[in-house]
This record gives sequence, C-alpha cells and structure tokens, in this order.
Amino acid sequence: MIQDPNQVARRRVEITNALGLHLRPADKFVRLAHRFQSEIRVYHEGQEINGKSILDLTTLAAECGTRLDLEARGPDAEAAIEALAELVVARFHETEEGHDQDPAR
Amino acid sequence: MKLSDFVVREAILVDLKATGKEETIREIVKSLRDAGQVAEADTEGVIRAILGREELGSTGIGQGVAVPHTRHPTVQKLVGTVALSRHGVDFAALDGDPVDIFFLLISPPNQPGDHLRALENISRHLKDERFVSFLRQAKTRETVIEQLEEADQGFA
Repeated sequence: MIQDPNQVARRRVEITNALGLHLRPADKFVRLAHRFQSEIRVYHEGQEINGKSILDLTTLAAECGTRLDLEARGPDAEAAIEALAELVVARFHETEEGHDQDPAR
Repeated sequence: MKLSDFVVREAILVDLKATGKEETIREIVKSLRDAGQVAEADTEGVIRAILGREELGSTGIGQGVAVPHTRHPTVQKLVGTVALSRHGVDFAALDGDPVDIFFLLISPPNQPGDHLRALENISRHLKDERFVSFLRQAKTRETVIEQLEEADQGFA
C-alpha cells in the first residue's frame, strides 16, 4: 500500500468512562499514540495539546461527557486516529470504578 | 482550582528519608496524618490503596515527578501535599528516572472532577521548567509554600 506522508485524519470523540481522562487513561492514550509515526494533536475548547505527552493530556481535565477533537498528521494518520478513537470509545478499558476490564492487558 | 486549595502546608516534606517506593508513600501519608488530614485508623488503608494504584502502573510521570494518589472515604474533600527527596527514589517512573518531587493526592470517592482539576493544575505547573527547578531547590517548607503561591498567582 502506498502511504501518503502528508495524510491528515480527524475524529471527534467523547470521553465516556465515569472517572474521565485521569492519569491511567492518559497513560494508555500516550502509549498507543507513540506506536504511530504521525503527530497527534488534541483540541478542546481552544486548547491544542500534544497527544503524545501525558502532562499535556492531563491538563485537559476532561471529565466524562467531554468532547475532544483528535487529529493525526503523518504517513499512518488514518490508522492512528482509528486506534485512538477506539480506545476512547472503549472507555479506556476501565470499569466505572476505574479498574481494568481486562486484567491480562 | 489552585495548588493552595488542596496542598496541606503543614504536611509538606522537604527532605524525605525514604529511599524506596513503599517507604516514600508511607512517609508522605503519615505526614498528612500528623497534620490531622487522615484519620489514624485509616492511615494504613490509605497507604495500601495508594500502593495498589501504583501496581496498576507507576504514577511517576517523568522529569523526576510522581503523583501517587487514591480515592478514599477518609477524606471529605480532596487533600494532598508536596514532598521532596534529596537523593531521589526509584519509583519505576515511565521514563525510568528517579523521582525527587512528589504530589500525593487523596480524593473522596465521588468527586472525579476535583481529582481531574487537581491533576490538571499540577500538570500545568510541571510544564513550567522554572517552577520545577525552583521547587526542586527549595530547602524549607516556607520556600515550597512561596513557590506554590507564586505559581497560583501566575495563573490566577
């Protein structure tokens, strides 16, 4: 497959896990983002942050119900956005109480 | 939310004796207990809960900083404190570096928003290299308080 190095992909997602984007979900997001070459930006209410920085993500204080705009730029932008959006939609694989749904992770 | 809204001044430590992860958490929680913020009977439970959280993944978020935390019914409102280590603690941080600045947080079980806002506040200040470097150099509780107040004013 020929990859376009200037690919741009965007997706709006909603934080739906009860505890919001606290440290562990932010850590999961950053680890996943680092698997891709693309630059990842997250936009929220005028803020623009680096989706590969845990300190940046936690400065969003994104509670349950917050909508975030994800943007990836790079050769694997589509795949990156797909994977990251899936993680958010899956509530970061955590329960209402913040425990991991899959202990084998 | 400001740092002074949840940092218990009397519990600030500027020279942690502990060298390991568990000892460090123990020392900081006991300081909050001595400041009257954690009930004697709940101290061990809070320490266990914070250690349990660390087992899920280190709260050492890099650049020598860790944010150990838990939710626990012993507190009515979010409390926390700052502790500094002169020698650094192996905290299994995400970047592998030893940790010498700790922000420990205990939140009531049903206020996830406050926890997020405290975390947001801490993260925002930690991105300021000047704040981190001054905090690291603080030798007394009073100096730490000054740094926190200055940081709060900068973002008032």
